[in-house]
Amino acid sequence: MKQELAESYVTTKQVGHHSALQHHFENMEQQREAGTLGMWVFLVTEIMFFGGMFLAYTLYRAKYPQAFASASNHLDITLGAVNTGVLILSSLTMALAVHSTQVGKQRLQIVFLVLTIILGLTFLGIKAVEYHDKFTDNLIPGTLIPGHPFDPRVQLEGAPHDEHALHLLPGATVKNVEMFYWIYFAMTGMHAVHMIIGVGLLSVLLYFSVRGRYGPEYHNPIEVSGLYWHFVDIVWIFLFPLLYLLGRHLMHGG
Amino acid sequence: MSEHIVSVKVYLVIFFSLLVGTTLTVFAAFYDFPWQFNTIIALTIASVKGTLVVLYFMHVRYSNRLVWVIVISALFWMGILFALTFSDYATRGWLQVF
Amino acid sequence: MTPIETFEPPAPSKVNYINAEYGLKSWLLTKDHKRIALLYLGSVTFFFFIGGIYAMMIRLELLTPQGDLLQSTTYNKVFTQHGIIMVFFFLIPSIPATLGNFLIPMMIGAKDLAFPRLNLLSWYIYILGGLVTIYALLAGGVDTGWTFYAPYSTTFSNSYVVAAGLGIFITGFSSILTGLNFIVTIHTMRAPGMTWFRLPLFIWSHYATSLVMILGTPVIAITILLLAFERLAHVGIFDPAIGGDPVLFQHLFWFYSHPAVYIMILPSMGVVSELIANFSRKNIFGYKFVAFSSLAIAVFGFLVWGHHLFVASQSVYAGMIFSFLSFAVAIPSAIKVFNWTATLYKSSIAYDTPMLYALGFIGLFTIGGMTGLFLAALALDVHLSDTYFVVAHFHYIMVGGTLMGYLGGLHYWWPKISGRMYPEGWGRFAALVIFVGFNLTFMPQFVAGFMGMPRRYHAYPPEFQVFNVLSTAGASILGFGMLIPAIYFVWSMRYGKHAEANPWHLPGLEWRTQSPPPTENFETTPLVTWEAYEFAPPEETKVVGRIRGEFERA
Repeated sequence: MKQELAESYVTTKQVGHHSALQHHFENMEQQREAGTLGMWVFLVTEIMFFGGMFLAYTLYRAKYPQAFASASNHLDITLGAVNTGVLILSSLTMALAVHSTQVGKQRLQIVFLVLTIILGLTFLGIKAVEYHDKFTDNLIPGTLIPGHPFDPRVQLEGAPHDEHALHLLPGATVKNVEMFYWIYFAMTGMHAVHMIIGVGLLSVLLYFSVRGRYGPEYHNPIEVSGLYWHFVDIVWIFLFPLLYLLGRHLMHGG
Repeated sequence: MSEHIVSVKVYLVIFFSLLVGTTLTVFAAFYDFPWQFNTIIALTIASVKGTLVVLYFMHVRYSNRLVWVIVISALFWMGILFALTFSDYATRGWLQVF
Repeated sequence: MTPIETFEPPAPSKVNYINAEYGLKSWLLTKDHKRIALLYLGSVTFFFFIGGIYAMMIRLELLTPQGDLLQSTTYNKVFTQHGIIMVFFFLIPSIPATLGNFLIPMMIGAKDLAFPRLNLLSWYIYILGGLVTIYALLAGGVDTGWTFYAPYSTTFSNSYVVAAGLGIFITGFSSILTGLNFIVTIHTMRAPGMTWFRLPLFIWSHYATSLVMILGTPVIAITILLLAFERLAHVGIFDPAIGGDPVLFQHLFWFYSHPAVYIMILPSMGVVSELIANFSRKNIFGYKFVAFSSLAIAVFGFLVWGHHLFVASQSVYAGMIFSFLSFAVAIPSAIKVFNWTATLYKSSIAYDTPMLYALGFIGLFTIGGMTGLFLAALALDVHLSDTYFVVAHFHYIMVGGTLMGYLGGLHYWWPKISGRMYPEGWGRFAALVIFVGFNLTFMPQFVAGFMGMPRRYHAYPPEFQVFNVLSTAGASILGFGMLIPAIYFVWSMRYGKHAEANPWHLPGLEWRTQSPPPTENFETTPLVTWEAYEFAPPEETKVVGRIRGEFERA
């Protein structure tokens, strides 16, 4: 009994092995297990990485609710919501890319990878538009852009409505609004960096996909890249309501 | 191969659920609920969406126990960071020394 | 079943991992975990030397009460850099990246770690981080303390904070990759029959260490990033001008940096478990207790960071919670000390050099740990915080603990790593010199601190001078003592006695292959049917509560 079980692990010497099997693994199953586990452990580090910023957000939102709500209302909810939809769609295409590989549909695999990359770039493009809008409204905190300090126009009582002006709720100060924007740029900036890395990762995968490297017996790289991509999507799923939807009810109700 | 292949239909159902959740949360944001319910609703919807992505897109529903332990531990650790830091910020000013 | 007495060592072959390939490229592009371990050994020793030079400058300055050797700004840079180099470039990587990298695959019967290329990448990242930090040191240094507290680091310091922070940020990824590799390897690459509870305790403690690396390091990564951006942007989340709280920095910093000290001590405890069991020829007492206590330390270690903020305007109520939890975290460490002691009881102790270091560890770690409890008491900490008492406490743990374990492990596994024996007489002599020098250096600091000498001051009231003179004298002896192994290890690589596969006659899996090992570690994948630390023949070993010989795939 013991001997049979032992032999079931040591298979590589007798049987021919897959070209992608690395020499320190006994078989593809072990390699796959290790790869998936490795990506999950890495995602744990990413959760803790973003966690620090979520903590800062939570603390300061609790401390300066009016300022945060005012600042949040000034973000473009349409662009934010569209971006959310774009990312969710990209998660679907990513999952379908993995699925296509699992069932051996190589052309679909490539199509879905390309779609995911395009959607990722779309997200980044919309983000760039948003950042540019902040720049023109002088909402970049501190001296991040030298020569363009944080200096938003504030909507004054009785003045004609200026859609580029910040509407401050009672109790909100411009200084605390600057804190919101610091956190906004830190969190969405970090998120964007991760998106860029993700797009890069998928591009590498696309290259190897076109060369026919992945199939039903070997697709772990696509699977684990999918895990990474979905994680970045989840971060945005939380960022969107926390950053964009905060104070809308105060705006319209109050 | 011991892996479970999730069907396209499941993926599409999850996708539409995520879009519905997004729409819901945007509309709910404009309505003024009492107390802190706006935040609670927004976070609940986000958590449900996140859970769906984790369970189905990331295959955790079909994964072994170790993966479940990893996911739950990560959330728990973030919880530690939040809870103990808040134990400081929430209780400052409780003690009136002078 | 192959009890150690009847085990036939493999016929020694001329080819091992050292001479399998020659040339710089074969080392710099290696995927072999053993070669990577040696790359780390060299680098880590280099940084230890740099950190040691800073230590020497500190002790020389403190010989006299006046600040006469260095200006105060220079002194600030010296102790800061001593801390940064020692913590991030020596203590954190030392045992995991050298001994851990070398031994983990061997102890579990694998050919390599799960991700050999990530392993090599982690070394390059470590070197890159080290180079960036060295640039910061040479360009003008950093003077914020290794703790980088805001608002001094964000706003007022005129030193190379961003560069130093960047160096640490980069090196953090080395730590993360190492931890990731270890966790995946231990879960998925154990040889047939190597169940979790047959693993050497060295593996358990490195697994626990890896958990801490994975969960903690990312938080300091984001904290340093936020610090750097705040410095560059002149506003940030720690800045009161926009409503920020500098103490938030301390929360985020210590959320990692306290568990970091468990990254430093857990591997050393793992080494000590190996040394105590093996050099007393007795199965470790309470194997499961020791194994689970490693996990407990890793978990509890994340719950206590606020004890660094007791006098930093943290809420008293939070202080009470953190104080209670800090007392609790001492319990699993104490469990280990009790189990080691019980192992020694009625055993057959061999006073070889590794055992001397292990015994030294137990005593010195206990002192360090107990003084930690004094600091965990809120009221006492008000008096002792920022004094030399704290300095002495953490040096007892880091030097008396981590360094002793590291030296003991290096000596113990040296024949396996190099194929040579170190000279035993010199080994024992050096161990004793180090022990004496260490205690003379840091015991007076407890007294000086208790009597009120502040830390991070280069000038002090004259009544503290006698303690400082004793301390500097001790440091000289300690420095001399540490030079001795540095010399004889190098000497032994050329002139040392050739070591056989199992020079200590021990049952561990790493001793069942030649010294030095071949590149793929074992000729065939081992099938493990024995328990860890099995010294007696199977018929004479008492087994409680489990069926023998059964192995499960976890």
